[in-house]
Amino acid sequence: MKKEDVPQDLSSLGKITKEVCYATDHSGKYVTELSRGWDIKITALDTAWEDIEDRIKIAGEKVSNGHASPILYFMERGLMDTGIVAAYTGFRKWQVKRHLKPAVFKKLSDKKLQRYTEIFNVSIEELKSMTVHED
Amino acid sequence: MKIDFKHIQAAHCKTGVTRNLLRYAGVDKMTEPLAFGIGAGLFFVYIPLLKINNGPVIAFRTLPGHIFKRTCRSLGIPVIRKKFSSKEQAESFLEECLEKGQPVGCQVGVYYLSYFPKEYRFHFNAHNLVVYGKEPDNYLISDPIMENPTLLTPYELARVRFARGALAPRGQLYYPEKEAPITDDRMKKAIRSGIDKNVRNMLHIPTYMVGVKGIKYTGNKIKKWRDKLGLKKAGLYLAQMVRMQEEIGTGGGGFRYIYGAFLQEAYSYHPNDQLLEISNMFTRSGDSWREAAVQAAGIYKGRIGEQQDFNIMGDYLLEISEMEKQAFQALSKIKWHSS
Repeated sequence: MKKEDVPQDLSSLGKITKEVCYATDHSGKYVTELSRGWDIKITALDTAWEDIEDRIKIAGEKVSNGHASPILYFMERGLMDTGIVAAYTGFRKWQVKRHLKPAVFKKLSDKKLQRYTEIFNVSIEELKSMTVHED
Repeated sequence: MKIDFKHIQAAHCKTGVTRNLLRYAGVDKMTEPLAFGIGAGLFFVYIPLLKINNGPVIAFRTLPGHIFKRTCRSLGIPVIRKKFSSKEQAESFLEECLEKGQPVGCQVGVYYLSYFPKEYRFHFNAHNLVVYGKEPDNYLISDPIMENPTLLTPYELARVRFARGALAPRGQLYYPEKEAPITDDRMKKAIRSGIDKNVRNMLHIPTYMVGVKGIKYTGNKIKKWRDKLGLKKAGLYLAQMVRMQEEIGTGGGGFRYIYGAFLQEAYSYHPNDQLLEISNMFTRSGDSWREAAVQAAGIYKGRIGEQQDFNIMGDYLLEISEMEKQAFQALSKIKWHSS
């Protein structure tokens, strides 16, 4: 890539910091050049986020329909899978999977719920009612 | 307390931390491309069964941790590295280092990294930064991918140092011990051994998912993604590949440009014209990776999506595989003048 071809399409990262790219100057020598972003990877990231939004929406519907506990919703919202949730809460993966069932979730003690509220950054009430606040 | 540590921005977090810590330790000639090349950083692996963010793992560089370790070892610099079972221990050891005037590298997760934009905060636990001081309420942070130094509160730093999940950092910190300046002779040997190691990693690891064979394998797989996964999922997989290839930290072209820069710098230690020619080959390979990314974007944006478009996509990788095979074969045949 030539230095003058380093793309400068403003990305969400570009608003905070430019990125270092390696490119060649007119004599073919490598130099560094700062980039504000590249359209191609902005849309790659957008594509990933559209998929996440879809997953959150589906999870929310499942909870509303009584097919899953609110943990599923917050898990998708937190970009987590059961493995990551287990690692942060200290529960076993099979326990997390059980807690995804509404009937099991309803019987969880506040103490256990607290382990979830900490990683999701919500209160117990918010967890139960699937209320979202922006962090 | 604030250590006189020079924050220099880098393309990649790990090589940036390595270079900045080594410079602090007195290795003035260390640059990011040298750290990358001596650390044998260039790689390719595709692991369809291991999923990150619901897509397959496609990596363009070696495992996190390897670059720093290898670069220091090749230069004969002892490394201090520690993991911790508790946040308290991790913090008190960090404070001890800072008090001694020692900046330290820390492995962290980006999910809770407060100064990153939200869009980039995935559960990725192999990010690296340097802590170089403490104010009453904040630690002074030099994150190589940021233009300027930043701050984290003790709570925020502990949280990212103890991120959980795959590659959990467990508070890991590391730093090179202070050393006498590295001689040109030592640097020459380290460069040579870094290149040898990278040749082995890209050409001779006997599995089909790794190195130049891995690129070819992935190219052939991509041609089948449309039928096998459906357009939407195939698009997501391609977007994931492009992100691994171009996202913060690669310097562009899936690290191929940094490697090209490394070979040019290697030339100033080993004046062999072939190194410059092979550097050009990596520049072309990086360019092809970026052209492939443009093709991929056409697919995940939904602008194109016929089988023929996937064939073109796959063919890019087959071509790149061949280009990099030739480049590494040429590197393996270089006649090094005795040093």
